Amino acid sequence: MTKLLYHFGRYVLWLGQAFRKPERMGMYWKETLRQMNNIGIGSLIIIGVISVFIGAVTAVQFAYQMEGSIIPRYYVGYVVRDMTIIELAPTFSCMLLAGKVGSNLATELGGMRQKEHIDAMEIMGVNTAAYLVQPKLIAALVVVPMLVCIGAFISIIGGYTAVVPTGWFSHGEYIQGLRSFFEPYNVWMMFVKAFVFAFILTTVSCYQGYFVKGGSIELGDASTRAVVFSNILILLSDYIIAMIMTS
Amino acid sequence: MIRAENIFKDFSGQVVLSDVSCSFEAGKANLIIGRSGAGKTVFLKILIGLLKPTSGKVWFGDTSLFDLDKQQLRELRMQIGMLFQGSALFDSMTVEDNIRFPLDMFSKMTRGEKSKRVDYCLERVNLAGNNKKYPSELSGGMQKRVGIARAIVLKPSYLFCDEPNSGLDPKTAILIDELIYSITQDDQIITIINTHDMNSVMEIGDHIFLLHEGRLAWTGSKGEVLTSTNETLESFIFASPFLQRLKRMYAKSVHTI
Repeated sequence: MTKLLYHFGRYVLWLGQAFRKPERMGMYWKETLRQMNNIGIGSLIIIGVISVFIGAVTAVQFAYQMEGSIIPRYYVGYVVRDMTIIELAPTFSCMLLAGKVGSNLATELGGMRQKEHIDAMEIMGVNTAAYLVQPKLIAALVVVPMLVCIGAFISIIGGYTAVVPTGWFSHGEYIQGLRSFFEPYNVWMMFVKAFVFAFILTTVSCYQGYFVKGGSIELGDASTRAVVFSNILILLSDYIIAMIMTS
Repeated sequence: MIRAENIFKDFSGQVVLSDVSCSFEAGKANLIIGRSGAGKTVFLKILIGLLKPTSGKVWFGDTSLFDLDKQQLRELRMQIGMLFQGSALFDSMTVEDNIRFPLDMFSKMTRGEKSKRVDYCLERVNLAGNNKKYPSELSGGMQKRVGIARAIVLKPSYLFCDEPNSGLDPKTAILIDELIYSITQDDQIITIINTHDMNSVMEIGDHIFLLHEGRLAWTGSKGEVLTSTNETLESFIFASPFLQRLKRMYAKSVHTI
């Protein structure tokens, strides 16, 4: 418990340092664009692939559940849409990104710490917490919601390809479901989740990497902790957001 | 002048530095020497403010390093150049970008002025024309020289070097020593070098500080090393039988003359 409080306190203080005013905006901007490319373009394919299967599995599972029931058939499109938008696209995508991007960020910063790059920047007078975290965070806050949005769209298409060409449902039924009971508020909830999850996966992973001590084993541990803690916190915050936004 | 006053440092009760006081002058190569684990690196990190001492003070002129707030510390650090043991060059940047990094971050120079300054620093370390290479394409000695170029690009008043010769062959090590020494004298900066390289001690050791088990065991110049009777110094410098024989021969020749 003491250790947990210690890390929480250090994380909060470190965030305070990371949100200081940049020394030179141009340098931060250049780094932000690089990170947007890394996080965004670098994760597009994997997000696309998992999203297709998220949609497909949701559609197939729902079709299986509704067999023999009196639930209207067009509900399949409605369920895939809302499940994807509210829960699956933001949570699955961000948990995947915590694994891919989070471990990458922790390893990058940990490697910089071990090779004394961070010390070198400190000596130059650079606010390393700000320079190393702000561009990554801004990039993630911009790019992750976009990825989640793209993921949700692909999921809905994935659901369609799983149940319409196979003959389980007609094109009309699926599309009617997609157009039924649409609540724009759900899209707002998806973006809120995407922002919060992006913040968590970036800052937690950077924190783990920034304070690495020791050698390659410790670096590996930091990378693992980044993924595990990010995922736990994503799920916890998912629950809290759901409680707040649906009550 | 940089002054360290009664520096104590311990890690979880294990004492690493105990009552270390010394001062470092401008225009001279100040060497901190000692065996591995003597506390040299910790002392150097305290001098540049990367570590806080358990007690004691470090003065840069009239400024107490650990009484500065973060902004003042950052401003002071802009006057410090540091060469790291492993060079600490950013792998993803070219040589030119590495050297230009502090300029991009802190100077208000135009693009052209920055390029001129980078070229000048590269010429200064005899690496002109290597602007577009990546650190991985350079030898260890060249990486050290790029590290020096980056350290001096902001025209620092203080230059810190942590084991500048480690991993280098004797000839390259001498070149690095000469380079650091010429920069120190030409620019009249305060240079502090952390080393256990005996060539450096005997070639450029204007002012030598021997750390032993966390204490300052001896201070003097390279000329005094050969004539000193300090046992700790002798056991450190003349550790091998070959060097002990050499010292006896030197003493004999001086005596004969």
